[in-house]
Formats: sequence, structure tokens, C-alpha cells
Amino acid sequence: MKTVEEIKAAIEAAVPGAKVEIVANPSPRAQHSLRLDPAHAVAVAAFLRDDAELALDFLSNVTGVDWPDKEITEKVKVSRTVDGVEQTAEETRKRVEPGCLEAVYHLFSVAKKHGPVVLRMRTVNRTDQVELPSLTPLWRSAEFQEREIFDLYGIVFTGHPDLRRLLMWDGFKDHPMRRDYVEPDDFEYEPTAHDAVLSRAEAHRAALQEQAAGQEGKVAAQ
Amino acid sequence: MAVDDGLKIELGKQGVFVTTIEELYNWGRKSSIWPMQFGLACCAIEMIATTMARYDLARFGAEVFRPSPRQADMMIISGTVTKKMAPQVVRLYNQMAEPKYVIAMGACAISGGPFKQGYNVLKGIDRYIPVDVHIPGCPPRPEALMQAFITLQKKIEAQHLTGEGRPRFLDAEAQGEFPVPVQGEHDLEPTSNKGVWPVPVIIR
Repeated sequence: MKTVEEIKAAIEAAVPGAKVEIVANPSPRAQHSLRLDPAHAVAVAAFLRDDAELALDFLSNVTGVDWPDKEITEKVKVSRTVDGVEQTAEETRKRVEPGCLEAVYHLFSVAKKHGPVVLRMRTVNRTDQVELPSLTPLWRSAEFQEREIFDLYGIVFTGHPDLRRLLMWDGFKDHPMRRDYVEPDDFEYEPTAHDAVLSRAEAHRAALQEQAAGQEGKVAAQ
Repeated sequence: MAVDDGLKIELGKQGVFVTTIEELYNWGRKSSIWPMQFGLACCAIEMIATTMARYDLARFGAEVFRPSPRQADMMIISGTVTKKMAPQVVRLYNQMAEPKYVIAMGACAISGGPFKQGYNVLKGIDRYIPVDVHIPGCPPRPEALMQAFITLQKKIEAQHLTGEGRPRFLDAEAQGEFPVPVQGEHDLEPTSNKGVWPVPVIIR
């Protein structure tokens, strides 16, 4: 099979304007992936499927990744002119690197017996611009997996024939696989709690006691 | 009123059969508990095995699994109850005719089991409907399900038809229909039926 660099070159030759970025995987298996720009993703995917040499006719897996907003603290040397004298001072600056949502596709070729080729796509942010093009029109096996990603991560796949929640119900508002998902406070009965569950259960108990104390206070005031 | 067991056997030897209405009634109830035919997860496979030739639950009177809640007497909650499925389980239970019984089979059905902290898993079906017998196990073996079934039969046999501990369907005051939880924006609403499941006190 072609290496990722060769595939990248082939894509750029076949689809004009497509931006492809190689995401290196440092593990010994070295499964590097290709990050596509969403605007050209469908054309690129169609090329990968229909190209005689690659013939990636089988989409085995689609999954989502949540990249939350990252706060980066860095020390910067700043030179200032104070009263005509130049001074260098070290300053810590905080900046927030905006997060995004990512969809990862694993492609194989049954005809050529090779693979995987890993494709990635990123949304602009993780709040309002969460659209990515759906690859379901090219590989039908993406249908349920994209629905699952829509359900659990909140990526909206444009061009998907039937984009509904898959595991949770329609009225559900959250996306449980996101890093910042907070599960509902139903820790009233945890007989064998430990670690995170124990702290949540204790917080629940403390909140209940506080509530009870508040009500007692009200009654006493009356 | 009750006839002494020794006397009963003695009379039986003489060809006289003595019983009470209560005993006959309970014998009839416990000997023809037809389960409802539905499975929720992997415990259902063990439930199916229990009904097949090797274990043969039919020996105990669970003759045939009914595909309709209207014809079933017992519900075996065989597996994980997800929050998406819970309203349907409660609704099916409401559709069953009295007398009706529930066996919660396996770790998931009784508490959520290995998936307890999952965002989509109900932490035990006893939060919404009254459960007669809980069986632990992941999954429980067919013997365990039979044990649960026999436990249920013993429970029915010991019930009095009048007085405090009488069955729900003979109590005009008792609640026969259980509120179906609504799928809300973040969780099921309410998260439990406090009438059925008062939050247990943990004794340490």
C-alpha cells in the first residue's frame, strides 16, 4: 500500500484545492492519519474509494474525539522601556486554545487487502460551528456510527440521510461523551462507592443536609 | 381454622381431603405463573436456557412464555435497563393483569451492575416498579433463576388473602398502576418512584 505521504500527494493531485495534513502517530505501529479540510472531504473520500490503486471500499469504524478548550500558561520575556531604560522582564501569560470536535474514519480495502487509512476531520469549535460533511453517501456503514457520534459528541453531519440520536432519546440535550459532560446528580444510594463516585455521593449527601438545615431554619423563623 | 399438618396427613390416609380456600387459591396462583416473553440483555440468554429442555422451567408451572403483557403473570427483568428502555418496561408492567410479579435478574437489573455509572443506565429497576425477588449474578446461572422462581412460589404460598400482608390485587386501597417516568432533557423524571423505592438507609 502507498504510504501516507504518497496518499497525500495522490489526493492533492486528484482533488485540486484540497488541504491534507499528516497527523503523525508516534507509536511503533505508526498509523499516521490524514486530516482533511471539511470543504473538500467528500471529494477526497470519493477519490479514495474510487481510485483503482487505493480502492478503499470498506469503512470499518467511525469515532469521535472531543478536544476541550485548553488553557496554556507560558512564560514570555518582555522588553519594556521604563524611563528611557530598557528592561527585560519575565511575564506569565495565559491564553486559551479553542477546542474542537473531531471525527475519525478508518478505511480498508477488501479488494486490495490493505488498510487502514485513517482520516480525520475537525469542526471549527465545539459550541455552534459543529458541522462536518457526512460520508454516509459514500459508505453506508457510516450511517449508524455517524448517528452515534451526533448523539454522544454533538457533531452535526451535513448530508446524512437520517440524522437522529441513536442511543439516547430525542429530547435529551447533553452529549455524554464530551469531556465536560456532568451526569445528573442521582447519587442518593451508593452502598459501595469509591473514588469519583464516593466524592459525588458525599457531595450529594452534603447538599441534602444543607437543604434540610435551610428548611429547619425557615420553620424556626416562622 | 387451620388444620394441623399431622391431622391432615392422618385424614388423608383415611381418604379425607381437608384444605382451606386460601391454600387452594394460593396453590393455583403459584402453580401457573406464566412469564412474559421479553429479554433486555445477556441475562435473557440464561433465561432462555432456563426454559429449554435441560433446565425446563415448565416443571414449576411457568409453562409458556407469553408474548403479550395481558396474558403474562410474571415479568423477568433479564438484563440492563437503559434509561431509554425504562419507561417501556414500566408501561409493560402496567399493562399486565393482576396478580403480577417481578423477578429482577442479574446485577444490572437490581442495581445497574457493571454499568451503574453509565450515563444511560438505570440504577436498578426497583426504583420504578415493585420487585418480588432479586437475583445477583452476572449473569445468574439457570439454577439461580429457578431458585428465584421457587422463592417467588414460596412467597405466594405464604401470603394470606386477608389482613395486613394480603396481595396487592385484593387490597382496594393499593396502587395498581405505577407512574411511567418521562424522558427529560438530562435524565428520567422523576429519577425514582419514592412510593416504591424509599431511598435505602446505608448502615455502616
